[in-house]
Amino acid sequence: MAKVPVQFTLNGAEKAEFIDSGTTLLNALRDKIGDTSPKGGCHQGTCGACSVIIDGELRLSCLTLAETCNGAAITTTSGLSEGGVLHPLQRAFLDAFATQCGFCTPGMIMAAKVLLDHTPSPSREDVVEALSGNICRCTGYEPIIQAVLTAARSNSQHAA
Amino acid sequence: MAIRRGRGVAAINYPTGMNLGGDPTQALVHSTPTGNFMVTLSSVDLGQGMKQIMAQICAETIGVPTDRVVVDTADTDTGPHCMGTFASRGTHRAGNAVIQAAREARQVMLEVAAEELEVNTSDLETDGQGNILVKGAPQRSISIFDVALSAHFKRGRSISGRGMFLIPRSYPEKETGAMKPSTCYAHACTVAEVEVDDETGEVTVLTVKNVFEIGRALNPKMVEQQLVGGSWMGISHALYEATEPYYPNRDHGGTDFNQYLMPGPGDLAQTEIIVLERPSADGPYGAKGPGEMCANPQIPAVANAVFDAVGVRIDTLPITPERILRALKAQASN
Repeated sequence: MAKVPVQFTLNGAEKAEFIDSGTTLLNALRDKIGDTSPKGGCHQGTCGACSVIIDGELRLSCLTLAETCNGAAITTTSGLSEGGVLHPLQRAFLDAFATQCGFCTPGMIMAAKVLLDHTPSPSREDVVEALSGNICRCTGYEPIIQAVLTAARSNSQHAA
Repeated sequence: MAIRRGRGVAAINYPTGMNLGGDPTQALVHSTPTGNFMVTLSSVDLGQGMKQIMAQICAETIGVPTDRVVVDTADTDTGPHCMGTFASRGTHRAGNAVIQAAREARQVMLEVAAEELEVNTSDLETDGQGNILVKGAPQRSISIFDVALSAHFKRGRSISGRGMFLIPRSYPEKETGAMKPSTCYAHACTVAEVEVDDETGEVTVLTVKNVFEIGRALNPKMVEQQLVGGSWMGISHALYEATEPYYPNRDHGGTDFNQYLMPGPGDLAQTEIIVLERPSADGPYGAKGPGEMCANPQIPAVANAVFDAVGVRIDTLPITPERILRALKAQASN
């Protein structure tokens, strides 16, 4: 089958690949480009582990065809740290013990980042709503909710 | 028709590990040329933090900082034998094996240090910071880095140790049937407060208060993390999750997250955790197994709270609205 060219920026870097038509963005990122931070939990859009940010919006990469992302700007959790310094959300997840097995963590962080980008000082209900598409087996969610609230507070302190 | 409130309590004791066929875990510890220590295990870290705990146990036993220990796990082709990570046995079984292996490695390390310092092995102690000192004369010391270099390049010693922890198979006594199916027991007590809508059968868990007795908490933050997650999982078992709703009939069993109900962050009860530490005599540094135990007491506590609220005993899990409504109907017709 003929390959299809795709080109987009991933975490600020230009990427171009030839893929099989119909390849999901999740598989293109993981298997072609080598960014394994989005996880394949269910491959049907019900667990949220594959969440990435496309042009500022939270998207499920397992339900997104890579060829629809031409020219897009894609952000994944592996692109959040700068110069070895963790993003405040990553730092807050570590400090709050908001991960155990870690499989849901990149998706949780993506969902939380989009929330904080749009709502810098969210309420607890805002956080719960934002994370409602992401399933976690280990933590019972409470440490994750606390981590997002902590990251929001540390962001507003930096801004002040 | 009304929303009725109820409160239920339950207490459990829960075994650490099993030994129905003998329950072994083995560990190997060796030093690198620069005095870091490697723990080799076949035991699996499922995300509960076993690597961190094994690193702490090894470091404490040898007398080095935890960041000087690397743990390699989960390759059953190349690692020493482990029965597996289940039955809340990981910390207890593998931890005891690591202590034994680390003690043997520490002995070799002290023997090499004794040769370098020209003193008796029994006169040496570690400072926990990576140095070996002469007792009472701490100015006479050698770094573990230099001890490892000496062992590897000068004295031809392997700073290493073998650990074997085996709980032998327990046979029942012929007269009484008494046996010892496990080692130490962890304990827990939960009080759950619920609201039950007697029109829809829907249960809302308002608060869950848990007390856990888990031996010594080797890493208190990780223990808390395990217990908070486990408490939520217990509620989920009580109210939502079923792989086979008509067990043993497989019909209508969930095959994916669309059909298998798992609560999200919007379904949380207000949760309280209290940890009691009563170190166990046979556990590594007093630890027991808090893993599976922590997700159990919520289930009977919720069932009791439902009974307190609407007066029906649901003895099949999960406690679904359908089961509550059927029980209420049966109660009304009696």
